[in-house]
Amino acid sequence: MTILGIPVQALFGQLLIGLINGSFYALLSLGLAVIFGLLNIINFTHGAQYMMGAFVAYFLLHGAGLGYFASLVIAPIVVGLFGILIERTMLKQLYHLDHLYGLLLTFGLALIIQGLFRHEFGSSGLPYDIPPILTGGTNLGFMFLPRYRAWVVVFSLVTCLGTWYAIERTKLGAYLRAATENPALVQAFGINVPRMVTLTYGFGVALAALAGVLAAPIYQVNPLMGADLIIVVFAVVVIGGMGSILGSIVTGFGLGVIEGLTKVFYPEASNTVIFVIMGLVLLVRPAGLFGRER
Amino acid sequence: MRTKVLLAAVAVVAFTVPAFAEISDNVIKIGVMNDQSGTYADLAGPGSVVAARMAVEDFGAARKGMKVEILVGDHQNKPDVGSGIARQWYDVDKVDVIVDVPTSSVVLAVNQVTREKNKALLVSTGATSDLTGKACSPNAIHWTYDTWALANGTGSAIVKTGGDSWFFLTADYAFGLALERDTEAVVVKNGGKVVGRVRHPFPTADFSSFLLQAQASKAKIIGLANAGADTTNAIKQGAEFGIGRGAQQFAGLLVFLTDVHALGLDKAQGLLLTEAFYWDLNDQTRAWSTRFAERHRGARPTMAQAGVYSAVLHYLKAVEALKSDDGPKVIARMKEMPTDDPVFGKGKVREDGRKIHPMYLFEVKKPSESKGAWDYYKVRSTIPAEQAFRPLAEGGCELVKK
Amino acid sequence: MATAREYVGAPALATHGVLAHQAVAFAVMVALLALAPFIVYPVFLMKALCFALFACAFNLLIGYAGLLSFGHAAFLGSAGYVSAHVAKVWGMPPEVAILCGAAVSTVLGFAIGALAIRRQGIYFAMITLALAQLLFFFYVQAPFTGGEDGIQAVPRGVLFGLLDLRHVMTMYWVVFAIFLAGFLLIYRAIHSPFGQVLKSIRENEPRAVSLGYKVDQYKLLAFVLSAGLAGVAGGTKALVFQLASLTDVHWSMSGEVVLMTLLGGLGTVFGPVVGAFIVVTLENYLAQLGAWVTVVQGVIFVVCVLTFRRGVIGELGRLLGKPL
Repeated sequence: MTILGIPVQALFGQLLIGLINGSFYALLSLGLAVIFGLLNIINFTHGAQYMMGAFVAYFLLHGAGLGYFASLVIAPIVVGLFGILIERTMLKQLYHLDHLYGLLLTFGLALIIQGLFRHEFGSSGLPYDIPPILTGGTNLGFMFLPRYRAWVVVFSLVTCLGTWYAIERTKLGAYLRAATENPALVQAFGINVPRMVTLTYGFGVALAALAGVLAAPIYQVNPLMGADLIIVVFAVVVIGGMGSILGSIVTGFGLGVIEGLTKVFYPEASNTVIFVIMGLVLLVRPAGLFGRER
Repeated sequence: MRTKVLLAAVAVVAFTVPAFAEISDNVIKIGVMNDQSGTYADLAGPGSVVAARMAVEDFGAARKGMKVEILVGDHQNKPDVGSGIARQWYDVDKVDVIVDVPTSSVVLAVNQVTREKNKALLVSTGATSDLTGKACSPNAIHWTYDTWALANGTGSAIVKTGGDSWFFLTADYAFGLALERDTEAVVVKNGGKVVGRVRHPFPTADFSSFLLQAQASKAKIIGLANAGADTTNAIKQGAEFGIGRGAQQFAGLLVFLTDVHALGLDKAQGLLLTEAFYWDLNDQTRAWSTRFAERHRGARPTMAQAGVYSAVLHYLKAVEALKSDDGPKVIARMKEMPTDDPVFGKGKVREDGRKIHPMYLFEVKKPSESKGAWDYYKVRSTIPAEQAFRPLAEGGCELVKK
Repeated sequence: MATAREYVGAPALATHGVLAHQAVAFAVMVALLALAPFIVYPVFLMKALCFALFACAFNLLIGYAGLLSFGHAAFLGSAGYVSAHVAKVWGMPPEVAILCGAAVSTVLGFAIGALAIRRQGIYFAMITLALAQLLFFFYVQAPFTGGEDGIQAVPRGVLFGLLDLRHVMTMYWVVFAIFLAGFLLIYRAIHSPFGQVLKSIRENEPRAVSLGYKVDQYKLLAFVLSAGLAGVAGGTKALVFQLASLTDVHWSMSGEVVLMTLLGGLGTVFGPVVGAFIVVTLENYLAQLGAWVTVVQGVIFVVCVLTFRRGVIGELGRLLGKPL
C-alpha cells in the first residue's frame, strides 16, 4: 500500500525515526528555552554540555563500573554543577552588558570544551553499548522498532512534560516566571533572584547533559556530537518562540517528525527543511509560533 | 593550514657523498600526510608514520650516507587543508615526496598540487581508482589498493554466492561514489542488479533513516560504500534494527583490520572483505608485523600502513639507483624497477602508475575460531596480481600508449 | 534599548574626514604589507589579506551598525564557489570571476538581511546563523560545488589580459590591491553621513527613528555592503588557493571572523586587519598542536569578552588617546 507513491512501511518507519530525533530536539531546545527565558542568554555551550553528559556516562561505565541508569541521574548533576560554576564565575559578569557578549562567551566556552575533548579523545568516537535491558526490539510489522529508541521517546516526553509542569504549574515555577518579568520586584519580595538564576542555568545545562546520556548508546560518544546539532536546535527555538516552554517542546517533536517525512519524500532537503521552515515562520510570525515579543 | 610538523631526522651523516649531489638540498624529505585524529586515524594515522620510519631504517639510509627526513601532516580529511599543507611543504619546506593521503577528495587535490609543482606522490590509503584513470599523472603512483580492486574482489565474490540484489549506502564524496560506481559495474556484469541507493553525508553519526530505507528495499545485500567509522557505525546500528541476522546481509566494501578490531568479532563475523595485506599471511608478513606492533602499541598493521612501508622502501631504492630525487624521474624509475619487500612480496608498477600485487578475499572469523586479539581473518581466495586490478586499457589514463 | 548597558562596538566619535594619526597608521600598514612578501611566504600573506578584508567587511556590520551576524561565512563561501565555477567551468578571466562572486554574495546579503533585520540583537544573530547553515547544507548537496571534494584546480587566469596570476608575486600585488580597495571603501563608508546614521542607530535606535531615519533601510544597506565585500574576499581567496570548499561556508568560519574582529577591536578601523593577521598566524603555528587551535580560539574569545573587550587596536587607541 502506498501513500503518494511511498510504501506505508517506509512512511511510518521514517516518522518514528523522526519522533526519536524530535525527542533530542525537544529536550535540548527545552534547556535552551529555560536558560534564555530567565537569563536572556543564548547558551551556545549547550551542545558541548550535551556532549559532556555523554562522556560522563562513558567514564562512569568504564571508570566506575556504573551503568546507564546511574548515569542518567549522575551525569546531569555533574554537568549541571559545572554549569553553575560557569555561571558564577563568568556569566554573572556580563549581565550588565549587551546580550551579545553572553553569546560570544558561551561560544568561546564551547570551542574550549570541544577542543579539549577532541585533543584528548580524537574525533572518531567511543563506543557505548545499549544497556542489556533495553536491547532488542519489537517487530511492528511496518518496521522493526529497537526497544532503546522507543525508550528514548518515552523518557524525553516524560521529562519535557515534567519540566513544563514544574515551570507552569508549581510555586517555584511561578517565582521563576515572575523573576523573568521583573527581577527587581521579585527580589524586593525577599526571593533570592541571583541564586534562582544560577540554579536555572544549572538546570538547563543538566537537561542538555541528560540528552547526552540518552544519545550515548545510539549516536556514539564523540567530542563533536553537539556541534552541528546545536545549530538545528537554535532554529527550533527560533521557530517555537524563544522563552516559551511549551513552544520548544511542541516544536521540537513536531520538527523531528517533519524532518523524518522529508527524508521519505525528498531526502536531499532533509537537512535544510528545518531552516526553511524557520525562514517562513520569520516572515509570517517573527516572534515564533508560540512566542511573545519581548 | 594545519600542519603538524614533526621534524625527525632519521639519518645524520657528517659528510655528503658526491654521488648524491643531485639530491635537492642533500636531504630526501618525505611528508606523511593523513588523518591523525579523526575517522581514519586508526587505519593509517600515526601507524603510517611508524611504517615510513621502518622503511627508512630497513633501507639503511644511515649506512649509505643518505640523509632522510620525515615530516608529518594532519589533513583532517579536508581538501583545502590538505592542499594547503602540500603547497607549503613543496614551496617552503622543500619536501620531495608526499606519502599515504587517505580520503579521496584530499588525494585528488594533493595530486593536482604535486603535478603543478612537479614533485612526487605515493598514495597508499587513498582509494579512488581515478588516480590511475582520468586523474593519472606522471608524478604519482597508486600503491596499495583502489576502489576497482575492492569492487572486483568483494563484489564478484558475493554475487557469485547468491547475493544478487544490492542496495548501496554510500558516503557522499569522491571515494564513496567511486566505490559505488565500480561495485555496481561488477554486480551488473556478474548478473546481479542494484535495486536502490542512498547517499549519506561524510561522516555520519546516525544511520537509522538510511538503514530503514535499505530494509524497505528488500535487497539481499546492503553494500556499504564507505569506510572507517561510517562503516562500523552502520554495522553496529544495523544490528539494532535486525540487519545481518536474517534475509539481509551487509557487504563491507572497504574494511580494514582496525575496523574489525573496533567492531569486535561477534558483530563482524562472517563479513566478506578484500584487502591487499594481512599480517598472518606468511612468515615474512608475520615477522614484519611483529616488528611494527612493537613500535605501535601492539596493534597489527593494516594494508594502508603496510603500503606506506613498501612504497617508501621502493622510492628510496629508486632514488639510490638514480642518484636524484627529481619527482617524475624517480617515479619513472620506480616503474622500471620490479618491487620486492616482505609485505607484498614481488610485484611491479604499471605505466599508469598502478602498483600491482595479489589481492585476497577474506572472511571474518567467528569468535570461536579466533585464537586471540588480531586473529580475525581467514583467506577465502587469492586473486592473482594480473587480475586483481583494472586492465590498463579500460582506465582512460593518458599515460597509457594505445 | 537600555542605554545604561554597554553595547557592542566602539564609542561614537565626531569624525569627519581623515584623521592625521589614522593616515599615519594607514601608511605604516601599506609599507609593512609591501615589504612583507619578500620576507614571509607570500601565499600565507595572501591568505591573511583575504581574511583581513573579510574581517573588515564584518566589522562594518558589528562595529558600526551594532549587528552581530553569525553567518557571515555564507557570503565568503558562496562567492568562493561562484568565482571558482566561473573561472574553471566557464573559463572566464579572474576579474569577471571575482565580480560574479561578489555579485552573488551581495544578492544573498539582501535576501538574508531582509529576513534577519526583522528581529534584533540576539535573535538577529541566531537567524543569520541558521540561514547560513541552510546554505551550507544546500552546498553539500548541490552538484556544482563538488560536495566534500570542493571545486578543485581552479585556474588563476590572466587579469585584464595582462597580468599572469600564476606567478606568486603578481598574484600577491593583485590581492594586496584588492584588499586596499576594499579597506578604503569601508573607511569611506564609515566616515560619511551614512556611517554617522549607522552609529546613531546603534546607540539609540528609537531616537533615530523619531528623527525620521528609515532605520531598516540603513541596516539593510550596511548588511548588503558587508556581504558584498565579504564576497570579494571569498572570490579572491578561491583564486589564490585555486580551491573552493565546504570549509568556507561552515559555521566555524563564521565564528573565526567574529574572533578576528573581536580580538582586533570591534568598531576600530585597523582592528580587523590586525586581528585577522594574528589569528591566521596563530593557526599556522599552532597547527602542529592539532585540536589545541580550537581551544586557543575559545580562550581568546573568553578573555576578550571578559576583560579585553576593546581588542588589540582598541586598547592601543585608548593608550594613545586617539581612535584607530
